[in-house]
Amino acid sequence: MAESAVVTENLSKHFGAVKALDDISFKIGKGELFGFIGPDGAGKTTLFRILTTLLLPDGGKATVEGFDTVSEYRQIRRISGYMPGKFSLYHDLSVEENLRFFATIFGTTVSENIHLVQDLYSQIEPFRKRKAGKLSGGMKQKLALCCALIHQPVILFLDEPTTGVDAVSRKEFWEMLNRLRRQQITILVSTPYMDEAGRCDRVALMQSGKIMTIDTPQGIRQQFRKKILAVKGRDMFGLMKILEGFPEIERSYLFGQSLHVTGVSEALTADDLSARLRQQQAPDFRVEEITPDIEDCFIDLTATRE
Amino acid sequence: MNKFRGFVIKEFFHIFRDVRTMIILFGMPVMQMLLFGYVITNEIKEAKIAILDHSRDHVTTELSRRIVASSYFQLAQVLDHDKEILDVFRKGDVKEVIVFEADFAEKLEKTGQAKVQILGDASEPNTAKILVNYTTGILMSYIQELNTQTELPLRIDPVTTMLYNPQMAGVYMFVPGTIAMLLMLICALMTSISITREKELGTMELLLVSPLKAFQIIVGKVLPYVFLGFINAVTILLLGNFVFGVPIQGSVILLLLESILFIIMSLSLGILISTLTNSQQIAMMVSMVALMLPTILLSGFIYPVENMPKILQYLCYIVPPKYFIIIVKNIMLKGTGMEYVWKETLIIIGFTMVFLLLSIRKFKIRLA
Repeated sequence: MAESAVVTENLSKHFGAVKALDDISFKIGKGELFGFIGPDGAGKTTLFRILTTLLLPDGGKATVEGFDTVSEYRQIRRISGYMPGKFSLYHDLSVEENLRFFATIFGTTVSENIHLVQDLYSQIEPFRKRKAGKLSGGMKQKLALCCALIHQPVILFLDEPTTGVDAVSRKEFWEMLNRLRRQQITILVSTPYMDEAGRCDRVALMQSGKIMTIDTPQGIRQQFRKKILAVKGRDMFGLMKILEGFPEIERSYLFGQSLHVTGVSEALTADDLSARLRQQQAPDFRVEEITPDIEDCFIDLTATRE
Repeated sequence: MNKFRGFVIKEFFHIFRDVRTMIILFGMPVMQMLLFGYVITNEIKEAKIAILDHSRDHVTTELSRRIVASSYFQLAQVLDHDKEILDVFRKGDVKEVIVFEADFAEKLEKTGQAKVQILGDASEPNTAKILVNYTTGILMSYIQELNTQTELPLRIDPVTTMLYNPQMAGVYMFVPGTIAMLLMLICALMTSISITREKELGTMELLLVSPLKAFQIIVGKVLPYVFLGFINAVTILLLGNFVFGVPIQGSVILLLLESILFIIMSLSLGILISTLTNSQQIAMMVSMVALMLPTILLSGFIYPVENMPKILQYLCYIVPPKYFIIIVKNIMLKGTGMEYVWKETLIIIGFTMVFLLLSIRKFKIRLA
């Protein structure tokens, strides 16, 4: 990471009384696949809009490929590809026409750059005469990405590209991003799905306009020093009730098919918890220690901040 | 410039692929024109009448002939007795009955006075009034002719006959008004909708992030509508001319140039509206309510400005179509040239400049 693709310093933005971005500073290296992860309202879209020069920050500054987002916005607009939160395509234009239009307004042609998006486009090519409005969510997503890539951007901003798309398409999409990374394109992607964090080189966990931590997915898991115990059982609701009554438990929350539990002290082991639950005549359960997920880290970070 | 061409081509796709847009663009002018032409004007054609002639002399025969020969009336029935009159009205077809008294010609020659009774079906008061006026008009003109021949001192006012022709004026008047209203509506409505649609879809974000400049986006949006608006203006003029016989006395080229100017003004107003609103619905509401009503009510299209209360008259000064209607009336109906409409032309240019300046200042190269 000799040079940075994106640098922000104390960036902030508020809408009325709401702080959408609160003093955000980070650096993203060239060619990185960088994820911004956080729930709705964390400030991801606002951040992307500032970086794509669509919004002016209230405080701080940001540069993209060395260009200032406020004074040199024209240069940034020429080199970046942007995919807004909802797939912004012209519904009354066909797949082909959408692609052609976005190539034209960037002063290039589809044939000149089709090699950049060839694998992606080949998946939607059979439907090239179909109107974009009649495509499925996954296909719209692919077309939108094609349109964002067709002018050969050096940096790509993808705002929640996997929201509203089925699981298979999501998986394919991330594989596509991985291939793109090999072409030395810097990719910034935001997502509310914690399980997608592992796909990125580095991630920033965001909450209420702040970045809580920035690290590799592995690093974030390692930062989490606490033990996580997963409790499974038939009567999850009953188990939750019982767990809430234990003073030695810091937190317990539903996570997929099981309850994740962290203790107040590190000393709490799976065996301890099993014993305590048995004492309370909890029916039919199993406790095991697991490695923390990004979501566990996120929940912990959020709770610690509060 | 290739970028710009691609953008304009895309705009044409939007227009030609949207059925609603096409209906508004091409259906509305024809529909409005026919509506205003046939429904709103009070002109009467071939109204059925009956004649009861107690005299049957050369004068009454001649009068009946003249009445029936006019395109307003059609003789449905010749009556023989007074008692038939009510029956004829009850059937409903006949709108007017004309009764000549006995010895009509004789009385007229001897005493200079003869009586004719005109009965109108006042269940349709407007029609009845107009029919009676027409009939009186025809009778008057006949008596006037007799007057010049015999120089008998008959009390007639020939001016009244001439005045009874507001219907014809109405037919001529609605063409300029309709052109103004349609161009205003179509141009302002369509551009404001098409820009706010991009905002709603989120594609505006992409356009802004692209290297397209603000004026390219605006001009690209507007250009197709200048073209289509012009086609509309021509359609209305042709319809007015061939269907309703409204003449174009003055220079057709001047008229078309003024139309293009008015189209550009309406478009710049549409852009202004779209820079101030974020949804198609609001843009449509604003265009409809804020543009259509003033254009119909305050432009002198239907109600003469001079008859309005002072406050409304001042309000009329800021309604741009008012000036365009004056221009069109002058060129079409009076056949005057630029020397009579330069003031109005300048005012419209002024409006255009103001709207454009405001919208360029308001148009954001960013989202907020």
